[in-house]
Amino acid sequence: MSKSVNLLPSGLPGHHGYVSLEKAKKPGMVIIRIWQYFGKQKILFLLVILFLLLNTAASLYGSYLLRPIINNYIIPGRLQGLLQMVVLLMAIYLLGVIAAFFQSRLMIHVAQKTVNMIRADMFCKMQTLPIRFYDTHSHGELMSRFTNDLDNVSDALNDSVTQIISSLITVAGTFVLMLYISPMLSLVTIVVVFAMFWLAKLIIQKSNTYFTGQQAALGILNGYIEEIITGEKTVKVYCHEEEAVDDFEKLNKGLLKKATKAQFYSGIMMPIMQNLNTINFALTAAAGGIMSIVTGLDIGGLAAFLQYSKQFSRPLNQISGEFSSFQTAMASAERIFEVMDQLPEKADEKQAVELVNIKGEIHFNQVTFSYNPGKTILKNISLKALPGQKIAFVGSTGAGKSTIINLLPRFYDIQSGDISIDGTDIRMIKRKNLRQSLAMVLQDTHLFHGTVMENIRYGSLKATDQQVIAAAKLVSADSFIKRLPKGYLTILEDDGNNLSQGQRQLLNIARAAVADPRILILDEATSSIDTRTEIHIQIGIDRLMEGRTSFVVAHRLSTIINADKIIVLEQGEIIEQGSHAELLKQKGRYFELYTSQFD
Amino acid sequence: MNAYFPFLKKYLTAFLMAPLLVFIDVMGEIVQPVLMSRIVDQGVQEKNLHYIIITGITMLVLSIVAIIGNVGNIYYSSKASVGFAAELRQGLFRKIQTFSFLNIDKFSSASLVTRMTNDINIIQNVVMMSLRLLIRAPLMLVFGVFMAARINSSLAFIIAVAIPVLGISIFFILRKSFPYFLRMQQKLDHVNGAIQEDLMNIRVVKSFVRESFEEKKFSISNNSLRDAAIKASAIVVMVTPVMMLVMNISIVAVVWFGGKKIISGTMHIGQLMSFITYITQILMSLTMLSMTIMAFSRAGASSKRVLEVLNTDVDIVDTPSALERSIKIKAGKVEFRNVAFKYHKEAKRYVLNGINFIAHPGEQIAIIGATGSAKSTLVQLIPRLYEVGKGKILIDDLELKDYSLKNLRNSIGMVLQKNQLFSGSIKDNLRWGNPGATQEEIILACQEAQAHDFIMSFPKQYETELGQGGVNLSGGQKQRICIAMALVKHPLILILDDSTSAVDSTTEAKIQDEFKLYLKEVTIFIIAQRISSVQLADKIIVLDSGKIVGMGTHDELMKTNKTYQEIYHSQQQKEGAVK
Repeated sequence: MSKSVNLLPSGLPGHHGYVSLEKAKKPGMVIIRIWQYFGKQKILFLLVILFLLLNTAASLYGSYLLRPIINNYIIPGRLQGLLQMVVLLMAIYLLGVIAAFFQSRLMIHVAQKTVNMIRADMFCKMQTLPIRFYDTHSHGELMSRFTNDLDNVSDALNDSVTQIISSLITVAGTFVLMLYISPMLSLVTIVVVFAMFWLAKLIIQKSNTYFTGQQAALGILNGYIEEIITGEKTVKVYCHEEEAVDDFEKLNKGLLKKATKAQFYSGIMMPIMQNLNTINFALTAAAGGIMSIVTGLDIGGLAAFLQYSKQFSRPLNQISGEFSSFQTAMASAERIFEVMDQLPEKADEKQAVELVNIKGEIHFNQVTFSYNPGKTILKNISLKALPGQKIAFVGSTGAGKSTIINLLPRFYDIQSGDISIDGTDIRMIKRKNLRQSLAMVLQDTHLFHGTVMENIRYGSLKATDQQVIAAAKLVSADSFIKRLPKGYLTILEDDGNNLSQGQRQLLNIARAAVADPRILILDEATSSIDTRTEIHIQIGIDRLMEGRTSFVVAHRLSTIINADKIIVLEQGEIIEQGSHAELLKQKGRYFELYTSQFD
Repeated sequence: MNAYFPFLKKYLTAFLMAPLLVFIDVMGEIVQPVLMSRIVDQGVQEKNLHYIIITGITMLVLSIVAIIGNVGNIYYSSKASVGFAAELRQGLFRKIQTFSFLNIDKFSSASLVTRMTNDINIIQNVVMMSLRLLIRAPLMLVFGVFMAARINSSLAFIIAVAIPVLGISIFFILRKSFPYFLRMQQKLDHVNGAIQEDLMNIRVVKSFVRESFEEKKFSISNNSLRDAAIKASAIVVMVTPVMMLVMNISIVAVVWFGGKKIISGTMHIGQLMSFITYITQILMSLTMLSMTIMAFSRAGASSKRVLEVLNTDVDIVDTPSALERSIKIKAGKVEFRNVAFKYHKEAKRYVLNGINFIAHPGEQIAIIGATGSAKSTLVQLIPRLYEVGKGKILIDDLELKDYSLKNLRNSIGMVLQKNQLFSGSIKDNLRWGNPGATQEEIILACQEAQAHDFIMSFPKQYETELGQGGVNLSGGQKQRICIAMALVKHPLILILDDSTSAVDSTTEAKIQDEFKLYLKEVTIFIIAQRISSVQLADKIIVLDSGKIVGMGTHDELMKTNKTYQEIYHSQQQKEGAVK
């Protein structure tokens, strides 16, 4: 929060860091897009710039007024005029203060509203991205777009933008006024500024090198910390503590050397610039004094000039300090836009239809699918489910069971063949309509922060309380819900941590029930539940499946014995299909699987 | 602060040198305006070129001295802050290695990681900052006032008014903003929580077509974050205009009163100029100081979190006598005598209660029961990962406390339900519990755990590099390597906590055959879900809500135990009907 204060950056380490490890690849594009985000705030932003100009001009002119004040009033001793000038000076300064006030106030609105819009857009974008995107990007990676990257952008908008602009104007303005007062004396400043740039370049080079080293060592060390601490229980069980401490010590020492140097070089920049400025001041004072005598430079001019030169390093330091956070922010913004530029799920075909009164007949015809080209996951899958039938998929891990059922809601699109519902290719059904006509229950239970009632109602937002309760009753979840402290109004926190695994799954099933779909998909819905609890849940599931076409992937075969059709998959191909009794008779793979579970 | 002393001891010189060198820097800098005023008043006014040159050189020399102070300060403060952070990190890591399971549970791994990375980083930055700014700013302030007062003590009243006015205003602004920032932080947590939830549940959101519902829900929390952020920042940005105001009024006052003094002949122009410079410097230092203090206080949260770890009482430690006697387990007989356990002292209910049984060397003990019946807890008491609440556990007729933790755990091979593999080669992982294991020992263990064949099928075999957490292996492969890891330790007691759940039944049976053949002397505890995995055990313990509700062989339990029968039938259900 300290960052919102204009004065601050001229010295706080930690905040600065003249290091720009990351740079946006196309900074121009990023700036244009952020500018577009300013949207309605554009006028506000222009006002900010206006106030900023006013503020800077006031402070530059205020310092300049010292010249006439000294030359024309103090030295000649005109007290009356001095009073007028002092009042004028006060008025100018007040104007500057007021401008500064509005400048920062308005900028907060611009910055926060922009960040708010970017965050909202990013969230909306997330809703449109295909499941495949989530398969290939970790939650942590996406979260860091929302947290770190957005923070960087927000900080830059809050501070860096106005800071850089105002510093640039200050430097330019100061320089012009210096030249105006005395071009000769300005030579001193020019020479020192060149020295500053040269030295800064040197330091930045050094600092970049050491910083890269430090970041690499830090990355390794943090990786080690995360791995060991997360696996700490395993470490203890294998008595690996001492080795871990030794390994850690080595990595920690490696970091120490590099980090010390990196800190030194990145920390030295501002102080050195300050010192150079002091040298500038000293040289200017001496040279100015000499020029006063030799060339007759007026004392008031010298006073104003010295005032400028004393403050010359501040805007320069600010520019370099803010510039690195600005660059980081640009890189962050680019990463944010990368997410926003991801292709969303394909739009519905123009001729796409909405199915009404779905019967629930499903056909897979010669379906072939792969996540990545070259590695086929499903080969030539053909199958048929009549309305109300229960189709079960079995096979070893990686056989493609879950993949098949994820094709139905079009979480993934197939490469060849077709899938149809009631004779309509699912690619020709509006995606929203397609998904609304089926309900899924997954292995991991997913609950939202909110009441039990709200969680079940998630399946159908229009459902009345009675309908929700009826759904819960149907899947025999009602009895345990009633026993919760506040019944249906009990608030679930942390993904329903206050419930048992079985209870959480029952809520998921009730959610599917309230949606009242024609087609039901159960993906290992009871796998993480022990067998006795499973029986209880299975009753609810069976009741839910009545009269609906259902696709079931089960871990334990006991739950699918009553399926109308069991499909045995191996390496992406159907190797057997039929009823339980038929398959047992075949004495094939299913027989093998079944007997190994029940020997 | 005292808690930190051991970690900064090594860098004490640097900690002392850094402030000392800042002093030199401040001295070199603070006299500049006064010298400048002399150039104007004595040099220019009296047209004394020689004096100007001499004074100019003095200023130059002093500013070069200041550079030395400055560079030295940065050198020592980087050394001190980075060194201190490294020591602290090391101390923290060492401490965490001594933690019991209970200690780890209390903090959660994620929070421990943040403490070791982010929090220490914040502390390092603050140390660096305080070794410079926290010392420089007050020095500049004090010496600035001193110099200004020396130039003209009657003008110094302006400073006497300005300092408290500015100081108090900043204090009130910051204090007022503080609760708003807290509120903003809460809103931010809320927004991030909502994003996290949506990410986790994305399949549900999509399958129920709730995208716009989620968007609406999100925009409410997002907008309230925006409003909170605007409110909080609007207060804190007041610092700048207020500082400008105070500074400008002071300068105008100096020009007016100073100007009058010059006109009346009691002051020189150069003095007026340097007085303005000093007053600017003083007020800037004051602002800097307050902002630094604020940053410092924010690091207080990090420091608290680090100290919390350092000051944690480790609840399971070796007694001196256990260390001294260093008894080793010889046979592996395990006895539970009326054992009760709860995770927290304050908890009302015991998680485990009235547990009594004896396991003889070479016996296979299976434990079965519903999720939440405390099976894992029971076996984790054996290597003293948690401390028994009531009753006692004896190994070879000695209490657990009589063994040192190292001796105890070295004789026990345990595979946790959530056992982890670590980055490194498969061989490195296998050697974890027994760094000196030979190639032959490792291969043998893998053969017993049915892991050898698939390991040999990898191109690099035992040298295959595993990603973090063993991501490149299937669940069943991971579990078998974990079992091999335990076997490499040549344990006298082997504990498998549901560690074959992802292994298919045929392979599981083979592993059990190997155990029967080669681990005849070893006491084995197996926790399992499937009846098929436990029915050959010498003794099956049936747990229900932390109590033993049945104990015996499969056949005995089938006859007498209702819970066991229920479990059995739940797994065999409908089989008969179809056959």
